[in-house]
Amino acid sequence: MPILLDLFLTFAKIGAFTFGGGYAMISVIDTICVEKKKWITHDEMMDVTVIAESTPGPISVNCATFVGFKQAGWLGGVLATLGVILPSFAVIYIISMFLDNFLEIAIIANAFKGIKIGVGILIVDAGITMLQKMKKSALSVTVLACSVAVMLLADIFAWNFSSISLMLIAAAVGLVSCLVGKKAGGGK
Amino acid sequence: MIYLDLLVGFLKVGCFAFGGAYAAIPLIRDVVLSYGWLTDEQLSYMIAVSESTPGPVMINLATYVGSSQGGVLGALLATLAVAFPAFVIIWLVLVLLRSFLEKKPVQAVLGAVKPCVIGIILATGLSMAFSSVCSREAGFAVDVKAAIVAGIVAAAVIVWRILKKKKASPIALIIVSACLGMLVYGI
Repeated sequence: MPILLDLFLTFAKIGAFTFGGGYAMISVIDTICVEKKKWITHDEMMDVTVIAESTPGPISVNCATFVGFKQAGWLGGVLATLGVILPSFAVIYIISMFLDNFLEIAIIANAFKGIKIGVGILIVDAGITMLQKMKKSALSVTVLACSVAVMLLADIFAWNFSSISLMLIAAAVGLVSCLVGKKAGGGK
Repeated sequence: MIYLDLLVGFLKVGCFAFGGAYAAIPLIRDVVLSYGWLTDEQLSYMIAVSESTPGPVMINLATYVGSSQGGVLGALLATLAVAFPAFVIIWLVLVLLRSFLEKKPVQAVLGAVKPCVIGIILATGLSMAFSSVCSREAGFAVDVKAAIVAGIVAAAVIVWRILKKKKASPIALIIVSACLGMLVYGI
């Protein structure tokens, strides 16, 4: 099979059968692309995981772009990325056409009332897992506490404050602390 | 224009979603609430559907919001917009800036942005869970049925964490809360 077609189909398969988002996908991509197809080495896979975590966007798209690009240049990157996106696009597009009718059925509507509460708790649970893995320092704990407080206050009082502005403030704090730290270090 | 709004809105999400799907949820919430595309309730349904179907959660959400607001073209634009920044950034990292991410100031910025993202995720989850139990619209009156469901689900998550030492599977959690919803609201 030509490599471009192989890239597209392999990533379409990964996109179609992996539940649970980015981190679940990393292990599947590892099995297929490192062990079976030998498209990238294990070290490169570790590399791309670190890069994916420090750059924005869907982690699976980061990985697909990386593997595709390594194998077949930018066209490989495009095809692998489209492959990983396509199955979810098709599935969700079809569901989105029917969900509203579906919700008119009383028992389904009740189920979704329960799901609404569950989703909130699910997100808190994911946040706690990330919190446990976070490198803890005075700065990171302060930034975290302030972020939670600001976002909750904004929600309670219906302030118009976007999470992007909060992230930009945090980025500025990080940069300033680095520059100040450098200066203090130089003075020793 | 809706197509342009979808494109710009989801490009923003794609540019700032550090740390995967859960980091994207607060950003998508910002976008859909500020344009008035969806309510918190509709968004939570979409999150549940995205978690229970295969594929990247962020892509699923983008397709969903796009399709609900602008049909197939809206879905296409939102989906490509949310993936585009990640694609370009990996390409740049590979071609030009291999060592860029290891530079000290870049590490310092990421070191502060990551806890901020975790904070935003925690606050979003808390306010989504609390808004169903006592919402501002209902004058902060407590919805007893919602409180029962929230209590049971939270307890289940905590017990699972203690027994299994890991977080519960999202799909299992969604199924449990769906059953509880049918039970509690059906009676």
